[in-house]
Amino acid sequence: MLHTFVAQVEDRPGVLTRVASLFRRLSINIVSVTVGRSERAGVSRMTLVAEAEPGAAHRMKASLYKLENVLDVDDIGQTSCVVRELALIKVAATPATRSHIFELVEVFRARVVDLAPESLMIEITGVQSKVEGLIQVLTDSEDRILEISRTGRMVMRRGQHTSRVLEAMSAQNLDGDFVAGTKPRPDFMPDKSDLAS
Amino acid sequence: MSDTRKSGDPSSPTQAARLTGAEIVWATLDGEGVREVFGYPGGAILPVYDAMRKFPIHHILVRHEQGAAHMADGYARASGRVGVCIATSGPGATNLVTGIATAMLDSIPIVCITGQVSSKVLGSDAFQEVDITGITLPVTKHNYLVTKAEDIARVLREAFQIAASGRPGPVHVDITKDAQQATADFDFAAAAPRQYRPHPMLSAPASSLAEASRMILGSKRPVILAGQGILLSRAMEQVRTLAERAQIPVGCTLLGLGSFPASHPLSLGMMGMHGETWVNHAIQEADLLIACGMRFDDRVTGLPSTYAPNAKKIHIEIDPSEINKNVAVDIALMGDLGEVLESLLPLLPKRDGSAWLRTIEGMKGNAAVRDIQNLPDNGHLYAAHVINDLWRATNGNAIVVTDVGQHQMWEAQYYKHNEPRTLITSGGLGTMGFALPAAIGAKVACPDKEVWVVAGDGGFQMTMAELATIAQEKLNVNIAIINNGYLGMVRQWQEFFYEKNYQSTPILSPDFVKLADAFGIPGQAVTTRAEVLTAVATARETAGPYLINFMVEQEDSVYPMIPAGKALHEMIHRPPRSAIVEDATDI
Repeated sequence: MLHTFVAQVEDRPGVLTRVASLFRRLSINIVSVTVGRSERAGVSRMTLVAEAEPGAAHRMKASLYKLENVLDVDDIGQTSCVVRELALIKVAATPATRSHIFELVEVFRARVVDLAPESLMIEITGVQSKVEGLIQVLTDSEDRILEISRTGRMVMRRGQHTSRVLEAMSAQNLDGDFVAGTKPRPDFMPDKSDLAS
Repeated sequence: MSDTRKSGDPSSPTQAARLTGAEIVWATLDGEGVREVFGYPGGAILPVYDAMRKFPIHHILVRHEQGAAHMADGYARASGRVGVCIATSGPGATNLVTGIATAMLDSIPIVCITGQVSSKVLGSDAFQEVDITGITLPVTKHNYLVTKAEDIARVLREAFQIAASGRPGPVHVDITKDAQQATADFDFAAAAPRQYRPHPMLSAPASSLAEASRMILGSKRPVILAGQGILLSRAMEQVRTLAERAQIPVGCTLLGLGSFPASHPLSLGMMGMHGETWVNHAIQEADLLIACGMRFDDRVTGLPSTYAPNAKKIHIEIDPSEINKNVAVDIALMGDLGEVLESLLPLLPKRDGSAWLRTIEGMKGNAAVRDIQNLPDNGHLYAAHVINDLWRATNGNAIVVTDVGQHQMWEAQYYKHNEPRTLITSGGLGTMGFALPAAIGAKVACPDKEVWVVAGDGGFQMTMAELATIAQEKLNVNIAIINNGYLGMVRQWQEFFYEKNYQSTPILSPDFVKLADAFGIPGQAVTTRAEVLTAVATARETAGPYLINFMVEQEDSVYPMIPAGKALHEMIHRPPRSAIVEDATDI
């Protein structure tokens, strides 16, 4: 299954390598990773999507926390959140084929952001299936896709559950209990942030 | 840079002063309480070596940088303090890597300092430049590349904190030559690291502690699994109280030996691949395992799906990523072992465990009688004899530093460790060549303790150049080479699993006694059991180092053994009429 983590990491050289190296060691494939500045100075926000066994989440999270440069890890399991991906798609287009591409773009609520004599560029934002839907339709209609650039998944919890709120909440919840369930439950320690959602 | 400020006294770490980066390295080490470092100089670290004379720190010159890392490791294992090693850039740094990985796998706190080419030529394939932080990244707890003199003190202090805190481990600090040469303000106190942040997922809530105590009180056949975490957490007393109060027998991992007194009535001995038969049977029949600071290594569990099938499992562990990694557990108490047990013990009243203890005593049966020990003393020398005699001669009080292989397992079986930090061995990585340099580190850390190297003829040859270090430092380290003419453990696997195809395992050795003599180290060869005790006595009476070359039975094997991928109860035992026994009675 796909696991999504949002990690707050120190904004320093080599931190991305450390995170990537950890997943390499665990033989877990990183499906996508987006990194950029966060709301805090000196802190980068990393959205990481990885393909792994359902029970692997605990170990991935616990291992991420062992990296000295990782400040906070949020396991976005099935929680309510906004997921977005941005894609730029360059399609071969002649004056004759442009109009139906414009129609497709309209349907997908995408935008044409560049127009050249022999091609045009589409910008689309949305969940993965929406982006893939447009790519599929373009391919099916025999428009030649020249280039695709995708950001990968970016995720943010809905409502108040920002990392700083969670930090404050988990501080109050330090003595909170977790339930020892029955086997098999390789990841039986529920994340405090999951309890909060 | 202002030259108007006078240099302060570089050896006074508490006073703010203007120092070179190289001086800051030593001043910071001095402030951290470091008195000995192990290293090897070279171009990119020369400014640091040049500044050393101003500081009250003793440098031990090694013969190969791998030795420096192992010495820092042995120093840390023997003393509990952070060990420090220093090397130059390029090959000096890469030579450290095996030693760093050894410390990583066994959670040993060391700080490794390497020189690096000037920051101006970083990445240009300059002479002796290698991307060493890239290389050490996966085998360190954390690492740093420092390019500015003003960062050195803060980074080194952080390195010491990271190495020693939480689950300990090696930290590597790579410092460019220009950073060593530049000057910066030095203020030891101001360079203090931010407050240590424990792993955020640590959690041992009251409800889990209560559930754990109910499990312990309700168990009929419990076993404590004692790991090295007991030593690292200094929780010997708490574990002992737990065992005694609830009358729970204790099995040790290899690195856990010494964490619970071997002579204690509740002590079972070592578990796992070459563990005692009854320990492994007890684990397989147990209804509760209490894992204290151990990580269910594959050498301990055998085939994980067959491991302790009837047992509930309580795992007390400081590293949350170890929970459910190899073995699924019922209760995880994540935190410092000593602290967790302090919270758990008040919930536990005294309890009677005599029925289970009697059952285990019954399991010992013949297995408790070591066939090899009962062999007639008929001229053949067995490694087990040597180790057993060494244990008797030293009253079990020596620090024994072993290499890796058959002798390591025999040591674990026949030398009874009652005190923590008296067995020093490479468990996780299984690094041949570890013993001799690690013993040097142990002796430097504990000059008043008797230190013995127990090494095979194969591993000893990997790092025997460090005999020169022993001679130069005039260290009173005794060396027992268990010489069987083979890479014994590999040969044993070839015998059991590769149809006795002894490919590349017979190994020629030099005359180790003559070799030692070349370094000015006295020694003798021993070929019969009758000579063992006198040779050991001579070594102990000799003021400096002493080497004994024990010529033991060549094709002896370590029993019992769990073949890789088998369950704990599927042990191979010594055949009742093995070739060795027949040979022995022939004479």
